[in-house]
Amino acid sequence: MSVASSTYLVGSFTPEAFEQSLARCAHLPAWWLDRKRAAYARFAAAPMPQRTNEGWRFSNLSTLTLDGFNLPAPVRFDQLAHRELGVTGAGHLVFANNRLVAAQPLDASTAGAGIIFDTLQNALLQHGDLVKSHLLAQPSKLGSDKFAALHEAFLEDGAFIYVPKGVTATLPVGVFHYASGAGAAVFPHTLVIAGENAKITVADFFRSEKPAEAHFACGGNDLYAGHGASVTYLAMQDWSRATLSFQFNATVARRDARVLSLNLHAGARQARHESFSQLQAPGAHSEMLALTVAHGTQEFDQRTLQIHQAPNTSSNLLYKNALLDQAKTIFSGLIVVDADAQKTDAYQSNRNLMLSDEAEANSLPGLEIQANDVRCTHGATSSRIDREQEFYLESRGIRAAQAQELLVFGFFEEVLGKLEHQELHDRLTEIIREKFRNQ
Amino acid sequence: MSQLEIKDLHISIGDKPIVRGLNLTIQQGKVHAIMGPNGTGKSTLAKAIAGHPDYTITEGDVRLDGKSVLAMQPDERARSGLFLAFQYPSEIPGVSIANSLRAAVQARLAEGEELDATAYYKKLYAKMDLLKIDRKFTSRAVNDGFSGGEKKRCEILQMAMLEPKIALMDETDSGLDIDALRIVADGVNAQRSGPSAPGIMLITHYQRLLDYIVPDYVHVLWDGRIVKSGDKSLALELEAKGYDWLKQELAPATA
Repeated sequence: MSVASSTYLVGSFTPEAFEQSLARCAHLPAWWLDRKRAAYARFAAAPMPQRTNEGWRFSNLSTLTLDGFNLPAPVRFDQLAHRELGVTGAGHLVFANNRLVAAQPLDASTAGAGIIFDTLQNALLQHGDLVKSHLLAQPSKLGSDKFAALHEAFLEDGAFIYVPKGVTATLPVGVFHYASGAGAAVFPHTLVIAGENAKITVADFFRSEKPAEAHFACGGNDLYAGHGASVTYLAMQDWSRATLSFQFNATVARRDARVLSLNLHAGARQARHESFSQLQAPGAHSEMLALTVAHGTQEFDQRTLQIHQAPNTSSNLLYKNALLDQAKTIFSGLIVVDADAQKTDAYQSNRNLMLSDEAEANSLPGLEIQANDVRCTHGATSSRIDREQEFYLESRGIRAAQAQELLVFGFFEEVLGKLEHQELHDRLTEIIREKFRNQ
Repeated sequence: MSQLEIKDLHISIGDKPIVRGLNLTIQQGKVHAIMGPNGTGKSTLAKAIAGHPDYTITEGDVRLDGKSVLAMQPDERARSGLFLAFQYPSEIPGVSIANSLRAAVQARLAEGEELDATAYYKKLYAKMDLLKIDRKFTSRAVNDGFSGGEKKRCEILQMAMLEPKIALMDETDSGLDIDALRIVADGVNAQRSGPSAPGIMLITHYQRLLDYIVPDYVHVLWDGRIVKSGDKSLALELEAKGYDWLKQELAPATA
């Protein structure tokens, strides 16, 4: 066992490394730098997750190393094998190694409507109050407070999306986050603020420049949907198979707001995803969706919390995992219904499709209900490919591997079908298909 | 002209023998009705030939154009020209008919060859029109929530698209009302003419289907063997006298 010395607690993320990162942010507002310093102090003081911590039950802790990583040098856009969003006219930002390397601004009419799509650094300088109210404003409640603090301390830049009252963004926006170079540590962030009755779709892509390099990725997103707003957020995590990945989501839905977030988990050797939805006012709805394709010895660790804080709120969580080889998934979800959140309608479901006898799926669904007039259902299932279905497809001449792929897509369709944008749906499908082809 | 030869075929489920020495040759373009009471091995025969893993062929051979199919996986058997129309087609939520059929057509192309999507859809829509199937049908998940009639039409649609040499049609009439039966039968009959007409093994419990799909031959399967063969009049005779008549007729022989 390791000794809890200070080097053990910070690994590669030493005070010197922090100062180096902070120096690159020196032009940013003082309040933000103060927050980063406080975050670094919390990170350095917090112990690594312990076996006794319920929030890390079933997780492999021995592989959660902070050593061997570095704050990477800049890379040029032309060094990346970048693929466009595939939506004509849509804006995008491309970050590589924590810096902006390319941008396609919004077209004039969209920008004219008051939508802001810019870097976090620019937003900190120009819209400081907005950023201050929403950036990492929600507490870390799912066990990764140490890594969430690390994210805040080293977060240098990311995407900022603001849609003002009554404005609908007709096209989605894309944010690409790349990691490049052996041991590169990246800290991506996407902040989405939708004002009253505003509507926006945002797609986040996470990708390693080379498939064999090991990276440390510690990213987050904040989704805020104001009164009557609608936010659709899609994240496609496709880091290299040697990457250690953390992703933190905080969703806030105000009165009659609707947030749909869909996370695809394909990459990394070990990926922890924490998703926290707060239904803060009547009529708020959060749709929490995830698809995982787990191969080899990958571990996907998903922790979720749906808090209903007001009456007549609803949430629907559906996490579907397909497991192959010796892969492992963990789903731990909790629905909390506050005492005055009557007429809550909350659903939580984790479905695992076992494509191998050696794969391991762990499910820990949970409910904590203080109100007495609610409808809350939760469940977890694990199943195999149905032999009759497989035979049916094979009897049409479809090869076994292809039949399995079709059946996995069939299993995923319940989630995929909720994505309205055809191009994004196709892109998502393609990443899943590539993963099957390159297993 | 393709043919399927079934020679001295023995099929077991687990340790239990079901089909016990069956001989039959089906020529392309001909319809062979297989009749018989429940439990005599009709469905077993069709599924085992298609390669269902629950059935073990313990003796005999099945040859398509002289080549044994027994060592082939189900998908290989299908690509070599066999087609099974299921009695109870599987429901496959989330997999659309268009996608699965496309994959089946694609699987028949040489490696690296791309499907001609325009031609594929043209053909698909023509076959759908023939079967009175709504265009929206193809975006639905395979058999998911289908009525009995829809399921069987979906089977016939796949058969029409995949153009097998030999089709094994297992109780295609079960669960159909008379209108649905007519549509399905029309769909099958439309495939019976022309040089690529499949040979059909038409498994049925009732004579009713044979009013609509008139067979060239009728065989009675009893206790795992074909005990009587004839033309369509045999089916009518069975219908009039019942399987008990056959039982009595066979009694001295099997005693």
